[in-house]
Amino acid sequence: MGLQIGKFIAVNVLKAVLLIIAISIICFILVSASPVDPIRAYVGEVGMANMSQEALQQLNDYFGVNTPFWERYFNWFKDFIRGDMGQSLIYRQPVADVIGVKFMNSMALMLTAWVISGILGFILGIIAGMMRGKWIDKLIKGYSLLLASTPSFWLALIMLMIFAVWLGWFPIGLSVPIGIDAAEVSIFDTLRHLILPALTLSVIGVANIALHTREKVIDVMEEDYVLYARACGESNTQILKHHGLRNILLPAITLQFASFSEIFGGSVLVEQVFSYPGLGNAAVTAGLNGDVPMLLGVAVISAALVFTGNFIANILYGVIDPRIRRSMLHE
Amino acid sequence: MNDVRTIPVLQTAKKSRFSLRKKTILSLCFTASFLIIITIVGVLCSDTAVTTDFTQKNFAPSIEHLFGTDWLGRDMLARTLRGLSISIFIGLGASTVSAVIALILGTMAATLGNKVDTVITWLVDLLMGIPHLLLLILISFALGKGTFGVIVAVALSHWPGLTRVLRGEILQIKEEDYVKIAQKMGQSRCKIAIKHIFPHIFPQFIVGLILLFPHAILHEASITFLGFGLPPEQPGIGNILSESMSYLSMGMWWLAVFPGIALLITVILFDSVGSNLRKLIDPFSAQD
Amino acid sequence: MEANKRKEILNIEDLFISFNQYEKGLHRVDINVITNLSVNVMEREIVAIVGSSGSGKSLLAHAVLGLLPKNANVRGRISFRGELLTAKRIGELRGKEICLVPQSVGYLDPLMKVGIQVRHSRDDEETKKRQQQLFDDYALKEGTAELYPFELSGGMARRVLLASALMENPKLIIADEPTPGLDLPLAKKAMADFRDFADKGNGVLLITHDIELALEVADRIAVFYAGTTVEEALVSDFDREETLRHPYTKALWRAFPQHGFRSLDGVQPYVKEMPSGCPFAPRCESVEPACSGEIPLRTVAGGTVRCVRFSDNKGEHGEKGAEENEA
Repeated sequence: MGLQIGKFIAVNVLKAVLLIIAISIICFILVSASPVDPIRAYVGEVGMANMSQEALQQLNDYFGVNTPFWERYFNWFKDFIRGDMGQSLIYRQPVADVIGVKFMNSMALMLTAWVISGILGFILGIIAGMMRGKWIDKLIKGYSLLLASTPSFWLALIMLMIFAVWLGWFPIGLSVPIGIDAAEVSIFDTLRHLILPALTLSVIGVANIALHTREKVIDVMEEDYVLYARACGESNTQILKHHGLRNILLPAITLQFASFSEIFGGSVLVEQVFSYPGLGNAAVTAGLNGDVPMLLGVAVISAALVFTGNFIANILYGVIDPRIRRSMLHE
Repeated sequence: MNDVRTIPVLQTAKKSRFSLRKKTILSLCFTASFLIIITIVGVLCSDTAVTTDFTQKNFAPSIEHLFGTDWLGRDMLARTLRGLSISIFIGLGASTVSAVIALILGTMAATLGNKVDTVITWLVDLLMGIPHLLLLILISFALGKGTFGVIVAVALSHWPGLTRVLRGEILQIKEEDYVKIAQKMGQSRCKIAIKHIFPHIFPQFIVGLILLFPHAILHEASITFLGFGLPPEQPGIGNILSESMSYLSMGMWWLAVFPGIALLITVILFDSVGSNLRKLIDPFSAQD
Repeated sequence: MEANKRKEILNIEDLFISFNQYEKGLHRVDINVITNLSVNVMEREIVAIVGSSGSGKSLLAHAVLGLLPKNANVRGRISFRGELLTAKRIGELRGKEICLVPQSVGYLDPLMKVGIQVRHSRDDEETKKRQQQLFDDYALKEGTAELYPFELSGGMARRVLLASALMENPKLIIADEPTPGLDLPLAKKAMADFRDFADKGNGVLLITHDIELALEVADRIAVFYAGTTVEEALVSDFDREETLRHPYTKALWRAFPQHGFRSLDGVQPYVKEMPSGCPFAPRCESVEPACSGEIPLRTVAGGTVRCVRFSDNKGEHGEKGAEENEA
């Protein structure tokens, strides 16, 4: 059994690693194709004009402007595996260090939203699905459909306007108050800056999860085994408790882990509005200023994050679903 | 003796779907014409949208300027309508390209054998592995941002989902008897695809295409908002909202609220056109 | 005397089921799937409803249990042990007095072990004991309770489903095609289990397409054709063609291998193109103009039939004569 599960995990890891390598190649091609000149971005217009031919040559060598694509990629890849993602052009620090800090900030934001929206969405979806056609279903469905179409950055703007500008409950931007050393920031301050972005992300995230769960509930309630449970005299509540939850939870958890990509997209926009110093914010700044190593680093790390989510979803499926678990046992 | 009226009724069917179907068609016509009107009015507004008037700066919404004016005295209603029409055009172009890519790749994956299928499925997984917004940023960055960048980015990043759907659909149709008979009768793959498969997935394709619109529009606005899309002089909704951020703390709420609501409504209308159309074409798969 | 007088368990009279459905476009139609159906089950009796596949007889089981989907219209007099049932009362009885044995293991929750499912999610000692007792009775070996439905063999699944139905000591079991996929010995064993249950003073309504199997185990056969029962006959009536009443039953009889294997031409009418009057008329060899009118149910020689040849205006086979026969 251990061997089977080990093999299952190994195959999944291998697949994910291959996909991440392929993604890094695609990202590398995309950033290489850009007309944005990394040297110009690095030294600025004035710097370009004042630079000696020799210094320019050095920079050209550093950025590998004249080396062939594959060689450049291979060099980048070699460094990347060693944990060296190059030097950020705008932060003037190693990309790995910058990403390390931003990653933790983003994780705090995304995990909070992920947990809140997951739990709330699941509960709302079940209520709506069980009460299909009743007013409460219409309310939850209406809310979800509305929120699913709402541009997240606009919602963030509105939240900022209401809670920070009008009510003054929260700071307007920046995760750390200006002029205070990061080390001195209290947990309370960090929380204060986290609440609004996390709330915005959760409010949006709830919509999709509620809609998916609702549909799944409706599907499950039309299954033969639910019909049979009803024939055996079980009430709707009993059916939900005994059969519904276990059959809905499995796809819900899978979906939840597979939704890292969406949450990341949302966080990019929300971080931008709230000036929250996370990965998304770093990616946008890097993209706007032609910071290629930084952009590349964020892209690969976030893809790895998405695949980790999918990977956990696959493993969980194997552990929770007896059909898969036992078939591994019997093999 | 078998008088029908004396037999007790044990269950009565819920009868609501008849009116629902009529309602579907009505709302489909209504939303579609509304969207067309917005687009046309938006095009007509293109000059007003960029006309500055310094005597009319920072006006809150009034009868004269329903959505208010900005710091350059530009009418926000005109800017919003113009922005919507730009969004709709970009959405239309980009999602059509995306849907055609999806149709071609989906058909190839389902009909050209295992190897092609593996490659295309892998490609779909690959693109779905990059967070969508980041992919948009990367493509737009690769093309040097700007209008062209955003159109290509939206067009190139929306096909994987629909490809998956169409591939599944075609694989199912291939199992149908009439396709198998056609194969036995020696018709070529190409002929089978054109004569038997395309007509059956065409409704799915159209619905998928229309349901791509709202995503395309939202994503265009999003990356324009972040600064990777339309150039600042274009009154795209993303730009309008991005500019409004600087004026929020001054209490100019109308700069953000109205354009955002307008965008939201447009997205919802497109979504409802798509799902209503699906209800009409395929009443069994559509849920209420 | 008392012991000989069997009590009625289930009596269905004038059952109508129709569905609201949409055709292409905006056209809504009511599709009658069961019309004018009557059947009854007595104590210690197995009544088989026999009809070809896809004739809608499963709907009958679902109607008795109140399990039809929301777009169904149901009318009819359903009595259980002398009590005329309402929709609410059906809800109270199902799973307790009336239990269903479904077609296959697909009706079990795939993510739940079978033991707890047979116990209907209860976990007290008494229920566990009863479930263990039933598993022992049906030779389900130890450890079966810990298996998931997909791990059961066909024979085990059938016994698990039966045990599940018997958990609550019902008076009536409705078995919906309980034998497909089982080989003959297993199917016969399944039927013997139903016989045992009926012999304890209960009733079984067996819904099947397999007339030969039904003849082996049932006491009475109700022949189902295009949404209604055309005839109710004792099993012994099937010994000779002459004792059968309805032309369709006779045609079925002639299709038996031992009776010449003569199959009937044509197909059952599609539910949307149901002829008025007798649904069998288009395929009947002795069809006459009266067949398209209303045909009452007649009791003839201990069975019932719905055919113009037994209507009042036909003196030779009149109702009166039939009643005399019965007495």
